[in-house]
Amino acid sequence: MPKTIIATADIVKVAILANLTISDEEKKLFTDQFSQIIDVVDQLNEIDTTGVVPTSQVNHLENVTRPDVVDKDRILTQAEALSGAKNVHKGFFVVKQILEKDSE
Amino acid sequence: MNKQIHELTVIELLHGLEDKHFSVTDIVSHYLDRIHRYNDKLNIFLAINEKALDQAKQIDEEIKNNGLTKPLQGIPVAIKDNFLTIGLPTTASSKVLEGYYPQYESTVTKRLLAAGAIVLGKTNLDAWAHGSSTETSQYGPTLNPWDLGRLPGGSSGGSAAAVAAQLAPVAIGSETAGSIRQPAAWCGVTGFKPTYGRVSRYGVIAMASSTDSPGPIARNVEDAALITSVIAGVDKYDGTSSPKEVEAYHKLLTRKDLKGMKIGLVKEYLLPSMRTEVKTLIGNAAKHLESLGAKVEEVSLMDPKYAIGVYTVIQRSEVSSNLARFDGIRYGHGRERFGEEAKRRIMLGTYTLSAGYYDAYYKKAMAVRTKIVEEFENAFKNYDAIIGAVSPGPALKLGATKNEPMFGEMEDVLVEPSSIAGLTSAGVPCGFVDDLPIGLQITGKQFDETKVLNIAKLYQNTTDFVKFPEKFQK
Repeated sequence: MPKTIIATADIVKVAILANLTISDEEKKLFTDQFSQIIDVVDQLNEIDTTGVVPTSQVNHLENVTRPDVVDKDRILTQAEALSGAKNVHKGFFVVKQILEKDSE
Repeated sequence: MNKQIHELTVIELLHGLEDKHFSVTDIVSHYLDRIHRYNDKLNIFLAINEKALDQAKQIDEEIKNNGLTKPLQGIPVAIKDNFLTIGLPTTASSKVLEGYYPQYESTVTKRLLAAGAIVLGKTNLDAWAHGSSTETSQYGPTLNPWDLGRLPGGSSGGSAAAVAAQLAPVAIGSETAGSIRQPAAWCGVTGFKPTYGRVSRYGVIAMASSTDSPGPIARNVEDAALITSVIAGVDKYDGTSSPKEVEAYHKLLTRKDLKGMKIGLVKEYLLPSMRTEVKTLIGNAAKHLESLGAKVEEVSLMDPKYAIGVYTVIQRSEVSSNLARFDGIRYGHGRERFGEEAKRRIMLGTYTLSAGYYDAYYKKAMAVRTKIVEEFENAFKNYDAIIGAVSPGPALKLGATKNEPMFGEMEDVLVEPSSIAGLTSAGVPCGFVDDLPIGLQITGKQFDETKVLNIAKLYQNTTDFVKFPEKFQK
């Protein structure tokens, strides 16, 4: 038995946050597996990290910038940008409606 | 020449072209024939470059007119299918990107092409590079050329199997934590992970942006060094790429012995659960390095189980962010096509980054990451390199990942610490257990590629562990 117990409700909530649809089977599977995985992660608490500065990257570079000028090398043309889209309208990507008509 | 084309290294192929023993067309058609003969059996290539022969003819023409002028002129290369390649579909082995043709070229492949290389095709991987088996590919697993009932490792399993089955003289992989070294070990070939930031990530489908490192899988260390010298270097499209000057690694592999070098054999990497035969091989490797003049002694580092915790949280968190962009609107298909492993990783990352858990998991993992980085920095004050096994054992059987949500982490336990710290590391064959290859890792501090490659080359050239499976020899 895992020490950590993650509720199925948490799994459902996380799936919504991640914009993923999961089956009932996956709900159960992930509920069990997440508890196991978090048990492994919880071992980190055995290590004292008081006052330790967290590391988010390891290449020692800081504030990498570029001149604020248009660089055509890093821009796709409109035709290129649209070339992989299934649903295009007059040179635009078509997306799903997210606001209702009568919502303010 | 007595050897067949597929038995030659990249450097030997270049000499053969120089001496006009064969043409680029000969090389490419030889490899395409082999791919057509063996690919169905092994499931290595997801796409084959149909223009490869035309490109070969064109390069033959260039060589006829001007001689060999480029470092990889006429050399065929297999590319892991998470590198964007114009004109060739790129899927990351996921059905979300089925049929996707990239709008731009990855920096790695751009540099290979500019160096005269020819892309043979795109190789299978764990979907989104999530795994160490190639079994999570949504296009079926690649089989290990040493034993078709076993996994090739992963995530660059297709690339490693391509070199082992001699369907390409060299291949490109990418490593987030073990994804070059581990499949290279399981397939008995040489893998090289450059320092994080040494090779541009631009155009590589992002997995964990703070550790992703592209690199070569090759027949030997010298070829790996040559390929690295071509693909490495600062890139204006990748802000994390290092401006440090790139060395001509392949020309600097000149050491004749290891006198004056101190190498640490990591005590904690000889896991209690590890098979004795593997421990013996690593012990033999240590003795061999001593016989070459190095001083080898045991060194103690943090238990690698903590690296699993750090990696699991950081990798899942970065995955959840990187894979949020796949919505099927601009390219590809909808999120309903994600497989089980990708869903599990995205969701766990979403969980560890969510309100209330961020401090407990993500911040904690980043703090332990600091400790791992500092520990290595201290170790490298005393040692030129550290060694250990790449993987706890040889290739596992097909199906081994089933019901193992942490499969990748358990198989990569010995390579995760160095990946988290962004170090450079070579994986070279060091013997066989049950007729299956075992890999030795030689790890150095950041940007110490030349030293690591020198040790690896000397080790490789004075031992006899580089073999290719009989059944694909013809």
